[in-house]
Amino acid sequence: MSSEINLTLQVWRQPGPQAEGRFVTYEASGISTDASFLEMLDIVNERLIENGEEPIVFESDCREGICGTCGLMINGQAHGPQKSTATCQLHMRSFKDGDHIVIEPWRATSFPVLRDLAVDRRAMDAIIASGGYISVNTGAAPDANLTPVPKETADTAFDAAACIGCGACVAACPNSAAQLFTAAKVQHLNLLPQGQAQRWARTEAMVETMEEFFGSCTNHGECEEACPKDIPIDFIAWTNRDYIKAKVKNRKLAG
Amino acid sequence: MAQTVSRVSTPPPVRSEPRVRLPWPLSIYQTAVGKKWVMGLTGAALLGFIVVHMIGNLHLYEGPLEIHEYAETLRDLGTKIIPRTWLLWAMRFGLIAAFGLHIHSAYSLSRMSMAADQRYPGGRNYIAANFASRTMRWTGPIIGLYLFYHLADLTWGWFNPDFVRGDPYHNVSESLGSIPVAILYIVANVALAVHIFHGTWSMFQSLGVNSPRYNHLRRYLAGGLAGIILVGNLSFPIFVQAGVIDDNGRSIVEELQQHEAAEGEEN
Repeated sequence: MSSEINLTLQVWRQPGPQAEGRFVTYEASGISTDASFLEMLDIVNERLIENGEEPIVFESDCREGICGTCGLMINGQAHGPQKSTATCQLHMRSFKDGDHIVIEPWRATSFPVLRDLAVDRRAMDAIIASGGYISVNTGAAPDANLTPVPKETADTAFDAAACIGCGACVAACPNSAAQLFTAAKVQHLNLLPQGQAQRWARTEAMVETMEEFFGSCTNHGECEEACPKDIPIDFIAWTNRDYIKAKVKNRKLAG
Repeated sequence: MAQTVSRVSTPPPVRSEPRVRLPWPLSIYQTAVGKKWVMGLTGAALLGFIVVHMIGNLHLYEGPLEIHEYAETLRDLGTKIIPRTWLLWAMRFGLIAAFGLHIHSAYSLSRMSMAADQRYPGGRNYIAANFASRTMRWTGPIIGLYLFYHLADLTWGWFNPDFVRGDPYHNVSESLGSIPVAILYIVANVALAVHIFHGTWSMFQSLGVNSPRYNHLRRYLAGGLAGIILVGNLSFPIFVQAGVIDDNGRSIVEELQQHEAAEGEEN
């Protein structure tokens, strides 16, 4: 049953990276409960444009929870109150008529605000660029099932590969640690046979790039709760283990 | 690698490269994950000490001579091989080193996280973080300060005019007999239990001890250890206040030693 609700939004407005930001209050009236959170912002923006005001800048792309572009801190929770849901998949039926909603960008020193609710997440790209790939020559396409992978291993690797790189783990972390993101990106390759050739080089490089930009994990578990893909913090433990192994093995390999 | 990836342009790093690259394996301690390993390992060592210390202190309930004898046994450890108190001192130095590393890694990792983190002016909701995990940076220093007081009070005897070296029963009943001191011990030991509750669980994650089959046991272990240590350690100030541990200001060990000395003179 669709119905309409009226909301009060408190939105972070910031004209540019260096500019001073502040909260601005908007009335969002007559919002359908079938609208997604981003559609609600679209409606608010259309009204702002009609009134000749600057629309609220926010990022989005696929709007089906698989691209990782959207991401807002909604009432102090990354991606809002619904578990395992990205902002675009959060619907206004999660809110009640008359609700007051605080909307902020992701916050971390390495996620500088570009404008309003959009942040620069290139620090995460740097982690991927330092080793989040397989680049050994593999020859022509192999036959199917030539490399056997146990079902459990494949499933676990896929759980890690579900990471969409949205940055909610960093946003939710009181230390702004990117441990869950890095661990997911390390482990989805480290768990599989194809990832073994570069396993130790990858683990060392990615963890150390992460440490340049983000804080240190204190095992609160906030990232796991915020993750729209439900990636468990077990991957963090396995990456910690792989990292120390890598420090030993890489030294031997280096002579 | 077969393919080179050019460095992505990024915001400036929060953490700079260490000025001096230490040789392996010390270089591992210069990384954050390495520091978490050291924090986990030293935490495990300190936790082991706390459990043994609490169990050893239960000799207080046997009586003044029994706890004195236990203390002497600790000094006698290893005497068949090495001189008296050497093994005890080796363990003490190990603990001091573990304590120092635990504090240093906690301090530098906290600095790193504070540099990386930005406040949310609109507030942040905690969902998974519990009271224990959020207060680690408070309970830690409380335990550190308490440890200093505890040593000054019961090992060095600075605050106790009736301090008798080598008579733990007397010193404990004199010290904890004062209400402010008993309250201090209770507050500090609650902080210790809270610290251990998160620390024990966190240790497994930091050290990469994670197996889906046994993971659910880690919370029970953390709760169990924190609970046992809390009950054991709180029993001492409470039972001293209740008068169960009380030697009425007489040091039986001191009297015994004087008696032995007098007998020695007679012979």
